[in-house]
Amino acid sequence: MIRFLIEKEFKQIRRNAFVPRIILMMPVTMILVFPWAADQEVRDVRLAVVDGDRTSSSRRLVEKVASSGRFTLTDVADTWPAAMESVEAGRADIVLEIARGFEKATVTPDADGSAKISIAANAVNGTKGTLGTSYLTSILNDFAGELLADAGGAGSAAGVPSVVPQYRFNPRLDYKVFMVPALMVMLLTLLCGFLPALNIVGEKEAGTIEQINVTPVRRLDFVLAKLIPYWLIGFVVLGVSMGLAAAVYGLYPAGSLLTILLFAGIYILVVSGVGLVISNYSESMQQAMFVMFFFTMIFLLMSGLFTPVASMPRWAQAIAAVNPLKYFIEVMRLVYLKGSGLGQLLPQLAALCGFAVAFNVWAVFSYRKSE
Amino acid sequence: MNDGAITVTDLTKRFGDFTAVDAISFEVARGEIFGFLGANGAGKTTAMRMLCGLSKPTSGRATVAGFDIARQAEQVKRRIGYMSQRFSLYGDLTVRENLRLFGGIYGMKPARIAEKSGRMLSELGLGAERDTLVKSLPLGWKQRLAFSVAIFHEPAVVFLDEPTGGVDPVTRRGFWELIYAAAGRGITVFATTHYMDEAEYCDRVSMMVDGRIEALDTPAALRAAHRAATMDDVFQQLARRAKRVSGC
Repeated sequence: MIRFLIEKEFKQIRRNAFVPRIILMMPVTMILVFPWAADQEVRDVRLAVVDGDRTSSSRRLVEKVASSGRFTLTDVADTWPAAMESVEAGRADIVLEIARGFEKATVTPDADGSAKISIAANAVNGTKGTLGTSYLTSILNDFAGELLADAGGAGSAAGVPSVVPQYRFNPRLDYKVFMVPALMVMLLTLLCGFLPALNIVGEKEAGTIEQINVTPVRRLDFVLAKLIPYWLIGFVVLGVSMGLAAAVYGLYPAGSLLTILLFAGIYILVVSGVGLVISNYSESMQQAMFVMFFFTMIFLLMSGLFTPVASMPRWAQAIAAVNPLKYFIEVMRLVYLKGSGLGQLLPQLAALCGFAVAFNVWAVFSYRKSE
Repeated sequence: MNDGAITVTDLTKRFGDFTAVDAISFEVARGEIFGFLGANGAGKTTAMRMLCGLSKPTSGRATVAGFDIARQAEQVKRRIGYMSQRFSLYGDLTVRENLRLFGGIYGMKPARIAEKSGRMLSELGLGAERDTLVKSLPLGWKQRLAFSVAIFHEPAVVFLDEPTGGVDPVTRRGFWELIYAAAGRGITVFATTHYMDEAEYCDRVSMMVDGRIEALDTPAALRAAHRAATMDDVFQQLARRAKRVSGC
């Protein structure tokens, strides 16, 4: 009999004015638009320079910074307070001060042996401040290397350690590469978690669920008939978004496609389970929407989608540990960027299987055909 | 197996302190049209929901089509049809698709469903509307269709909860002809109603007041016993005894 129920769901989805559109629009917006908007790469850091030295070396440094492409020189001030003023006025994000005696110190190191440069960043926008500072530091290190090379050739440069970071798995630190796999997780969450749950609550509101409840339809069949169409849609949408990621960003999974499909399959079970639990406790669409919105906000912010979980406070990490989104986002990023295989993903596999069982058992027990 | 289509003994439903259905007992014979009357809030719908397996009794027992409603709810469900007060077919499916769905749920084969729905729709005069979305049908037709869906799988008992609410007497009369036809094929009909003209159409009628059955007999016998000219008078006399505030 489940065949008839699934057939009915597909007919209803096809006739719905809103669901087919959302199924089409969601992957397109998520994958094509969102990575550009949510890009955290920092460009155009506005820089105010205080050149206290006014020598050829200091001018060379300023030119080097300005031509790096990361910075826009918005102010050249004479004094530190004047530069700070332009930060306060919102014209500059970072102040670079080259102290008097800079050139002299680089050529003939004095007793304390150092040339003085200060950097001050406006950290109201934390990302811009931190990343701007780190870009600037790396340019300064570069410059120091050049000076040493000019001064004494390889001999004197040998003693200076230089740090050259090498970014593995995402060599250009491309933010989109990092976001796209995680956005696929969002898509599956919305399509396979929310839509079937809202559909069930919709039947409660319309009263049609009561007509089903007086028939011999088993609750498992009813629920499966709701979920299976959205599972299929979920996989189609995942395929479409992986295709878009390849076509638009040239992004292919470094690991195996089967690993992705396996995890997607388990994750779909988890989110449908969450959706069902919510639908069982909700009497109206409005109520279900609010509860879902509440949990999505928490799940999203604590998933590592935008900020790494490892840098959250300990209590927040404890909450993130029971967040299924976190595990699947980790998996997608690891498989896409690092090429991790199943063997390296066993902790995530165990966690997601645990969630799948827990939520679905809860869903079955909270569903009642009679009161 | 029990001989009666429905046997109810001391059936009770309490919600907290409130006793919605208070130890009612009655029997309905096979093929009978049984009218289940009472004012708003008298407990009719609650009693009917228990008999359909939508609600669990607090105490007492009942069998429907020979099966215990508490212990064998799924067996009961296979043998009953139900038409709720609120129209509850799928509005975004066509007439034929609704029949196919509910026929399929009761295990009918697709070929049999197609053959039977064709015949049934032409009897109902809905043949031309077979591919119309159900939500765009007028109310009277929706009700006829909902009844037809409820008896499509030839259940032993069909429960009708205020089946003709909101339509004119002519349409109601037409609806009751469908009920007679079903009863003629041996389907037991258990119907709640507010309309006293409908009570006259029933073989036997029970009157519920404050969760109890105050009277149960044929319409003629009830009129005689209460020296009333119409069922409406009988109802007025009995309903006046109610202490509960109606409308809950």
